[in-house]
Amino acid sequence: MTNRPAYSQLVKDLRSGKFVLTGELEPEKVTSLDEIIISAKAMKPYVVAANVTDNPLAFAYMNSLVPSWVIQKEVGLEAVYQMTIRDRNRLAIVSDVLAASYLGIKNILAISGDHTVLGDNRGALSVYDLDSAQFVYLLHKMIDEGVDLAGNEIHGKVGINVGIAANPNADPLMPEVLKIGRKTKIGADFIQTQTMFDIDKTKTFLKEVEKYNCPVLVGVFPLKSFGIADFFDKNIPGVKVPPELLASMAKAKEEPDKERRSALYDEVNLEFFVPFIKEIRKTTKASGIHIMAVLYERIFGPLLENF
Amino acid sequence: MIITKAKPEEELNEMLKPYEKLFVVGCGTCSTSCMTGGEEQVAEMVKKLGDRAIGSAVVEDPCDLRIARKELKEFKAKVQGADAVLVMSCGAGVQTVGDYSKKIVLPALDTLFIGQTERLGKFHDVCKACGECILDETGGVCPVTRCAKGLLNGPCGGQVKGKCEVGKYENDCAWVLIYDRLKEQGRPELFELFRPPRDNSKKVLTQHHVF
Repeated sequence: MTNRPAYSQLVKDLRSGKFVLTGELEPEKVTSLDEIIISAKAMKPYVVAANVTDNPLAFAYMNSLVPSWVIQKEVGLEAVYQMTIRDRNRLAIVSDVLAASYLGIKNILAISGDHTVLGDNRGALSVYDLDSAQFVYLLHKMIDEGVDLAGNEIHGKVGINVGIAANPNADPLMPEVLKIGRKTKIGADFIQTQTMFDIDKTKTFLKEVEKYNCPVLVGVFPLKSFGIADFFDKNIPGVKVPPELLASMAKAKEEPDKERRSALYDEVNLEFFVPFIKEIRKTTKASGIHIMAVLYERIFGPLLENF
Repeated sequence: MIITKAKPEEELNEMLKPYEKLFVVGCGTCSTSCMTGGEEQVAEMVKKLGDRAIGSAVVEDPCDLRIARKELKEFKAKVQGADAVLVMSCGAGVQTVGDYSKKIVLPALDTLFIGQTERLGKFHDVCKACGECILDETGGVCPVTRCAKGLLNGPCGGQVKGKCEVGKYENDCAWVLIYDRLKEQGRPELFELFRPPRDNSKKVLTQHHVF
């Protein structure tokens, strides 16, 4: 944890010791934010803030700064503005952080981003002028010292808290843990993890990073459909949907009636994630859960009913 | 060594189409070792071009202006009489032959990387010639080259069992290699170092090296 002030409600809550919930919104290849606003409204009662993804899986989508601002302004839901260094050099980062600052963004999740060869414009050049640790370093310079990497002065205050991502599924785990160590020492206020299905891996990771004294939000991804579950299982690095969960999803898929099928999917998810979240809350030092229920906001209510 | 590969047949034919008389230059060093521009490959190319090939030479180091000049001297008339010179070397060789002859030069090969040879015909990209070598800190494994993102503070979240998400988990994650190597060497503390951003201006401003 840094000595930086808590600029955001998210970091205020994390530091107060509350068990914190965050959500996730994914602007796509669209020119309207209607859906994002609907989703943001639906999750607002449950979460303190919502991440707004930045070209996830290297798919070219709407710039995440605009929806980050819009959900704060229109919905009153604090944003965690995700920024990848895949698509920006250090000049572009400074520009975007200054703009975010003006728009009242209080959280940035500083990530490297999936490589362009995995995305929908595979011939694109990956920038990686900085890596995510150096990005955190740049944010530290801007926020805590009021300068950019070259030492040029910023006129005005950048009041933003910094999050980093972690992958507890990493195998081997130690290089990942030590990397987290580097970033927390440079200036991370919180950690959000990759999607977790494996409670043991989650616990091992949490134990390993405890020494860095940086709040961790464990990522969970309720599975809206079998298709999504299958995609996750096959395409997200290191993420394996447990076979029994995947089988239950496959079984639910067989239900021909759409409404009944949705209800079955919900049941499967609740059966898996309610105890998962409870276990994390009761038996670990995690500071909260990052719920990536993109376009599946109806699960928030039942998932968090007896929370 | 500079690793090269032959351009796809169709692409090469398209490139050669406008030219009737071609002089072929090979490379006696890297492209010979890569089997892309040695005596044998030049002979094959000449055979393939038939009457269009008005001459050929394998220059020991076509990337060395002095050697290119010296070794192509006896072919001067043919080189100058050609519509274009087809050079079977890396980009440095192509440009050097062009600088020397002032002729239209055509690259027969694609230049891939500064490589390590595992065996004949099996090469690995190991050096990006970045101008700021940090191999002393990274256990002799270059993250600038061997990490798909060129991260100086890896790994990223895209490694699974030490393999990289880029290239369908066939390539090693450079940062897991670095971790293992530093541990083996009893220098694990180096892994925890934070490496500050590179000064990219150094590379941009290094177009020449003179001493």
